[in-house]
Amino acid sequence: MNRRDMLKAVLALLVLAPLQALAAWNRKAFEAEQAEGALQGLGVESEQVSEQIEIIAPQFAENGAVIQIEITSRIPNTESIAIIAEKNPTPLIADFQFTPDAEPFVITRIKMAETADIKVLVKADGRYFSATRHIEVAIGGCG
Amino acid sequence: MATMKLRARLKNGITEVKALIIHPMETGRRLDDAGNTVPAHFIQQITLARNGQTVLEAQWGTGISKDPYLTFRLRDGAAGDRIELRWVDNLGATDTIESAVEAG
Repeated sequence: MNRRDMLKAVLALLVLAPLQALAAWNRKAFEAEQAEGALQGLGVESEQVSEQIEIIAPQFAENGAVIQIEITSRIPNTESIAIIAEKNPTPLIADFQFTPDAEPFVITRIKMAETADIKVLVKADGRYFSATRHIEVAIGGCG
Repeated sequence: MATMKLRARLKNGITEVKALIIHPMETGRRLDDAGNTVPAHFIQQITLARNGQTVLEAQWGTGISKDPYLTFRLRDGAAGDRIELRWVDNLGATDTIESAVEAG
């Protein structure tokens, strides 16, 4: 290996190293076109409905392109919170992974193609829990 | 180019982090005025760190709104803690912003 190749190899390592620290993007789950496929992609075999998951979102959304949603999990040892819009072209919107230093809480804004249920899936101690919330959408925002 | 705003405040033993990322979050399904499909361009991963240690990570699909807005809450913390938010999109672009925690 000449000096230039060596330099390139070192640079490539420097650039790639921080990216590799992240888990690979879950293509199977995020590109699934049905909620069921998204759940399979996330590795969910069964889930239990829980009242310990709080979802704050509008009942009626004028604009499906921007819907604010606040999620709090009160389930001990919550590891992750995933958001699924059941009638979006690709239903899985996000999967948030929390360390013990972060509260299992998030506020974000999502797109919805049409009136549908939003399912929030919480993983805690290796088990899955869910809550759903129906949101009526006047103008779809998944363009 | 600033692609993000980040603010972190300590309140009652919780560090509240609010972020706004400027990003098109294109789904790959939208048509432009000429009827051509606008290619997908969306953030796939974000990482939030405090004083260099990752506190949460997320993976996103195309369903997060344009110019993503976020609020997170971190346990404990102190004024002056360094909070860092980094994103990576499907085209490999990335940006990081850092901010110091303000006292409530």
